[in-house]
Amino acid sequence: MLTFRKGGIHPPQNKFTESRPIEVLEAPGSVTLLLGQHIGAPSVPVVKAGDAVSRGQMVAKAGGFVSVALHSPVSGVVKGVRQVRTADGMMADAIIIERTSDDAATYTELLRDDEQVEAMSAEEIRGIAREAGLVGLGGACFPTHVKLTPPEGTAFDTLVVNGAECEPYLTCDDALMRSCASGVIDGVRLAMKGCGARRAVIGVEDNKPEAIAQLERECATMTDVVVERLMTKYPQGGEKQLIEALTGRRVPSGQLPASVGVAVVNVATAFSLHEAVRFGKPLIERVVTVSGLDVPGGNYRVPIGVAIDYLIEAAGGVPASTEKIILGGPMMGRAAENIDAPLTKGMSGVVFMEQGHRPEVTPCVRCARCVDACPMGLEPYLISTLARVGDFERAAERGISDCIECGSCAYVCPSARPLTDYIRYGKVIIRRNKKK
Amino acid sequence: MEVMLWSALVLGGLGIVAAFVLYIVARFFRVDEDERVAVIEELLPGANCGACGRSGCHDFAQACVNATSLEGLCCPGAGAEVMARIADIVGLTAVSSDPQVAVIKCAGSCDKRAVVAGYSGVRRCSVVALTGAGPESCSYGCLGCGDCVDVCPFGAMEMDSATGLPVVIEQKCVGCGKCVEACPRGIVEVRSRGRKNLRVWVACSNRSKGAVARKDCKVACIGCGLCVKACPFDAVTISDSLAHVDPAKCRLCRKCVAVCPSGAIQTANFPVPIKSLN
Repeated sequence: MLTFRKGGIHPPQNKFTESRPIEVLEAPGSVTLLLGQHIGAPSVPVVKAGDAVSRGQMVAKAGGFVSVALHSPVSGVVKGVRQVRTADGMMADAIIIERTSDDAATYTELLRDDEQVEAMSAEEIRGIAREAGLVGLGGACFPTHVKLTPPEGTAFDTLVVNGAECEPYLTCDDALMRSCASGVIDGVRLAMKGCGARRAVIGVEDNKPEAIAQLERECATMTDVVVERLMTKYPQGGEKQLIEALTGRRVPSGQLPASVGVAVVNVATAFSLHEAVRFGKPLIERVVTVSGLDVPGGNYRVPIGVAIDYLIEAAGGVPASTEKIILGGPMMGRAAENIDAPLTKGMSGVVFMEQGHRPEVTPCVRCARCVDACPMGLEPYLISTLARVGDFERAAERGISDCIECGSCAYVCPSARPLTDYIRYGKVIIRRNKKK
Repeated sequence: MEVMLWSALVLGGLGIVAAFVLYIVARFFRVDEDERVAVIEELLPGANCGACGRSGCHDFAQACVNATSLEGLCCPGAGAEVMARIADIVGLTAVSSDPQVAVIKCAGSCDKRAVVAGYSGVRRCSVVALTGAGPESCSYGCLGCGDCVDVCPFGAMEMDSATGLPVVIEQKCVGCGKCVEACPRGIVEVRSRGRKNLRVWVACSNRSKGAVARKDCKVACIGCGLCVKACPFDAVTISDSLAHVDPAKCRLCRKCVAVCPSGAIQTANFPVPIKSLN
């Protein structure tokens, strides 16, 4: 079975919601759209307080090349553009829209048929992605049109599609692949066209047999799109790990996948591209998993910008045993400080973590389990110590900037050392020093 | 016997060769350094803090010796007296400088700010700052883990366990600015010590609008602008709902302190409290 070579861990999968269908959650009375919810320049508002907007209407335009537009998920009135508190407690600019009427646009009518799509150029497809506000839905929120643009002097020959969903608890991509396989495959074909790749490989971990079967059935007649079964191992969905597992190519240190001729998109992003091109539907909703040990949970199709609180209530509320609410997966997600905050495009899950036994942090015993676990072949015990004591130069020599912050080292550490925290800190300081 | 003789000869011979090499090196590769550099370095604090803009105390001493004027050369750690002695040594006139000190632009002690989230990770400000706003309600204020205390080369900062905020020991602080660099929130400001060591500054960094800032912290600057109106010398300005007192213009009348509704403006070393003035 395909997998990456170095490191990796096997945390309990806890995919409690894997058989649940996607439930559609209706938009609440108001939504809050953060202007800086993607990587790159924040969007620039094109509406002002009092303006009437309809569902799918653009409310903010892209603020640069590495930026995307923002659209209203409801029909209503703009209440204003002001500072709101985000999930990590910081203040950020957002457009607040009050929902007043029933949402008109349904996006069920086919806008472009196969013939029209065939006639489109790669630039046109990327332009649609940009206008539709498409970003990587796996969590990183990198604008899709930028990802699909080959850097100067390079070309993509392979499109790698990420359906691994290696994070424990999360099942949103799984649910999407099971229920909307044809849309996902169409999105993959559109992304191939958009980036110029001749073939596409969809990687899905083998704990999702139903999704694999659905995708395989959809692309049975295609020769240029294949579905590959991946070993269930974390972080199988890491960009560099996935490329290695599916193509055998290794992305050199400090370089982008484009350097080995590969573009990577998430299955959910591919599906959104399908909706944008075929039905003209911008990115105004996404599938989110709500899960935890003491909740039934589920997979919900939620409008972007609803309060996280509202989604949690719809899923049955916060269980009493909860100590932390994680946004994203438990391995790489971040603990929410404020659940009144709006849902963003990159939020793939809301996971309730119960009060667990937290072992005391003790000195490193040099067991090197972190070295065995690191999927990037680094020495986490060493680079985290170098970052802790402030020797950033040596940390950089030891490849601290190659760390993908997957948390495998901290997960296996018998001394419960916060390895990833220190490495992340070191990376930030090194990046800051470089800018100076 | 023969072995001993040979050993002595070989070792002795090696010694002579080595001595000759050392002599050659000492003779032809000698670097002349002004002996005044060592004298000046002796006078300097030796903390290598870099506040003078040089890479360390030795570098500063060399710069002083090579300089044609002491303009722009000032060791904040040494003070005016030492700078005068350095001026004597190099035969130049001392340039008076404005002594600096660090102030903390946050007064959000534990009783002023609500704790809104738990935090169980690494107790270091720069790491806490990566998670977002931190455990306290204000996303601009002090995180209280003491990065500034750890970095201070002069031991001029300490954490007050009662308030959870750092305190500047002004007798020791030289205004080198290491703490300013270390603070991920930018709440430390190095500013003029002021006439007779008297200072007035806004002890808040919250850039939110008034209502939000008030909710964040009881002693937050709400950007109301009363201080701007009260100041007869145009020393107070407001940007992003946050007031700032310009030490160059401030004449220490403390009218701004009297009118501030949230008590965000702090003073240092005034003998009479402002309340008894009114």
